[in-house]
Parts: sequence; C-alpha cells; structure tokens
Amino acid sequence: MRVNFTVNGRPQEADDVWEGESLLYVLRERLGLPGSKNACEQGECGSCTVRLDGVPVCSCLVAAGQVEGREVVTVEGLADFAKQRAEHGGCATGACGSAEKAGTSLDAAKQWAAKGHDSQTGEGVELSPIQEAFIDAGAVQCGFCTPGLLVAADEMLERNPNPSDADIREALSGNLCRCTGYEKIMDAVRLAAARQSAPEGV
Amino acid sequence: MDFLRPASWEEALAAKAEHPTAVPIAGGTDVMVEINFDHRRPEYLLDLNRIGELSEWEVGEESVRLGASVPYTQIMENLRGELPGLALASHTVASPQIRNRGGVGGNLGTASPAGDAHPALLAAGAEVEVESVRGSRLIPIDEFYTGVKRNALAADELIRAVHVKKADGPQQYSKVGTRNAMVIAVCAFGLALHPRTRTVRTGIGSAAPTPVRAKTAEDFLNAALEEGGFWDNGKIITPSVAKQFADLCSAACNPIDDVRGTASYRRHAVGIMARRTLTWTWESYRGTAAATEGVA
Repeated sequence: MRVNFTVNGRPQEADDVWEGESLLYVLRERLGLPGSKNACEQGECGSCTVRLDGVPVCSCLVAAGQVEGREVVTVEGLADFAKQRAEHGGCATGACGSAEKAGTSLDAAKQWAAKGHDSQTGEGVELSPIQEAFIDAGAVQCGFCTPGLLVAADEMLERNPNPSDADIREALSGNLCRCTGYEKIMDAVRLAAARQSAPEGV
Repeated sequence: MDFLRPASWEEALAAKAEHPTAVPIAGGTDVMVEINFDHRRPEYLLDLNRIGELSEWEVGEESVRLGASVPYTQIMENLRGELPGLALASHTVASPQIRNRGGVGGNLGTASPAGDAHPALLAAGAEVEVESVRGSRLIPIDEFYTGVKRNALAADELIRAVHVKKADGPQQYSKVGTRNAMVIAVCAFGLALHPRTRTVRTGIGSAAPTPVRAKTAEDFLNAALEEGGFWDNGKIITPSVAKQFADLCSAACNPIDDVRGTASYRRHAVGIMARRTLTWTWESYRGTAAATEGVA
C-alpha cells in the first residue's frame, strides 16, 4: 500500500509498504531517515521515539497505515522544529493561536535546501538547544539511545520549561540508556532548561 | 494482510461484520509488538485511529463514558477527580510514549490478566459498551473477562467505550514491579470506598487467570464496617479487621509461578497491597490523610 504523510515539514510518499509494517521501518528503510533507532521493537526502550502530530510515541508501535495524512517529526528534523518553535513563540508548527496551517510548504522546504541546510536529514543545520546541551554535558556515549532521548526531552521542555528532577526522570522513563547511567543525561536536560529560561546568561 | 481504514464508527462496525477475523488496532502498543515479533499475522488490521469519537469522553451524572481509545495520558490529566483509581492505574502504564497511545479499550480487548486498568475498573464498578451491526450492549465488568486473554466480545463486536462509575469516595491503586516505569505488573490491586452504598470494592491484577474481585474479602469488610459503625464514627480500621481482609484478598488469588514472580510471592504481595490501600483510602475517608496520592 501507499502511505502519504508529512515528515519534518515535508510531504512524503512511501510506496509498497507492507500492511503490518511499522512507522519506524518506513522512516528508516523507505525514507532514508535512520536517526530513529531500531532496538527492542516492543516499546520498551524508546530509542525510536518520534513526534506524531506533536505527541511523543514509539514509532515501532505505530502501524505505517495509521500515519496517513499525519505529521511526524524525527530527530533529523528536531533542530529545525526547535528553531521554528522559537520563532513562533513556543509553537513549532505555527498551529497554536494562528490561522496558518500546520506544517511547512514545499517552497519553504526548498528554500532550506537552497541554503545548504537539510531539515530532512538534519545535515548542515544548526543544532537544537537540547542537542547542544547533550554534547556540552557529555550525555552521549555510544549514541544509540540519544535520538529518542532528544525527542522526548525536547517535548518535555516545550511543555514544562522549568522541570524538577522528578519531572525529567518521569519524562525520560521510557528511554533506556545502557552507557551513561543517566546522570549526564539528567545534567544535559537541566542545562537545556537553564539555558532556555535564561538565554542571555549562559 | 489487508489494512482497513474506516473513516467512521459505522464503517468500522460494517468492516468488522464483514471480516470477523480483523484485528482492531488503535494505540498499537499490544498488536504491533505481536506483529513485529511475527507472533501474529492477522488477515486484516482494522485501524480505529480515524474515528474521533473513540478518543472522547463524557462526564455524566453517575458515570464517565470513556471512549475506548482515550489515551492513558488524557485520563491522568483530565479525569483524576472523577476516576481517581483509574488515573492512578493509568500512571503506572509503561512510559509516557506508551501512555500517549494506549487506552482502556486496548487493555479490555487484549484482556491480559496483567492489564493495568482492570483492577481499577473492577473496584470502581464499570460496564463495557460494545457494539456490532446487530446493535449495542453493555457488559458488566465482572462478566467481561472470561479467561486468559479472553473476553466476552463476539467476533463481530468492537469496544466503543467503558462506562466507569464516578468516585463517591477515596480510591487507591497499587502495583508491584521492579521499577516505577516500563514494568508489567507482578501483581496489582485496586480498592474503592463507596460511602454512598457503604461498600468497598476491590480488583486484583496478575494473580489469577483473569482480573478478579476479592468478593469474600469485600463481604467480610462490608459486614465488619457496618457492624462496628465505622462509616459513621470514622474510627480507624481495627488491625485485626484489616489483617483478615488482607488474608481474604490473598485467598482470592489463583496465581502461577512465572518469570516475574512466584505464586506464593503474588499471594503475599496482594495481601500487603490490600491492607495498605485499605488504610490509605480509609485514612482519606476519615479526612486525616497526609499523603495518599501517587503511591504505585
């Protein structure tokens, strides 16, 4: 079957999709977006976390056919998503309090490419604050869990700009990391939150 | 495999009537695991995501009509006042990502004895609204679970909603697992005080082939509370009464040994949870509760 949906602001069409296929498989194997990681395939590890119509979900547990007509943001589009959110005063899609239709026009998407930035693959794009914070805090080791943690942490900071440690732990409780022991990841999210609330001070 | 995408509830019922083997998929948090692991290859997948009303709820006089696909996250955020037991149970489901997709309809459809919502539904009192092209019916929650991963649904029926009684007193939920997130319950316990009818209801998860109520324990406790005038005098529950109640809850279990725990551990833990949830709710009823929220 064919599935049409929006990924990182661009309309995409996936062909010959098997009916039992997951969104994760479509992203990785059909659209060339390997940022979302394939690990447990049962929703236990969170490394495949993406935003589906803004909501963090395990893409391994979403059937491809269920995303028809919907919007997906992957880690590859996270920097651009965060940038647009900052420009729109907290709303990346422009849908909040604005008549503007959610998503990005094809023209706008082409402009990004023309500037040598690719919101689709994430290459050449300035990193998002949460990505910067992960690097600065040393929260990345093997990197396998990182994309899912970034998507989950970014969404939490969007909802809750001043999270307590308990808030952070809860928001990231569906993302497993087997390297860092989580402390550096906690540091990174605290850092991103602090920078977010005092951008000039850092 | 065929992927059916009904755009309305009527279309979904028609599709289920035409293809009774079709497997409904909403949050996908059970179904996709089975497909990913090649444990299941249904002939038809019936996607329910397009049917908006399944994700809505209505708060009525007596009960909440909770759409089958309302995600656990929404229950936690919006129905804590009306359905405190179910909201606590929802908070113990897996992780934020799973709670954003999964709903009570899926728990009921899968009918695993370990489903987190079941003890809360049993304790609060609930009816499952199911429908087919033949019509709609309400199945009392006590009659819904018929065996391990079996329920009272006919092949052409879909779960439309669950009608859960609004809380008329304190409710609690407790679950045993190795950590607070991402665990399948070793066992779980739900308890609701119903001051209006002067009754206590229970629900036990993961400690019998189906979710069950501890009816003998409820009967004992109801009689003991009545006899001692507890509902009126608001005294603390006599320790011997609490112990007897806990023992009877343990006795209501019919557990197995498995990788998550032994049968005897489950019986023991259910007794502990029964005593604790009774104490928490009763202290809350007496109005002297310090902190009884969010203990899972």
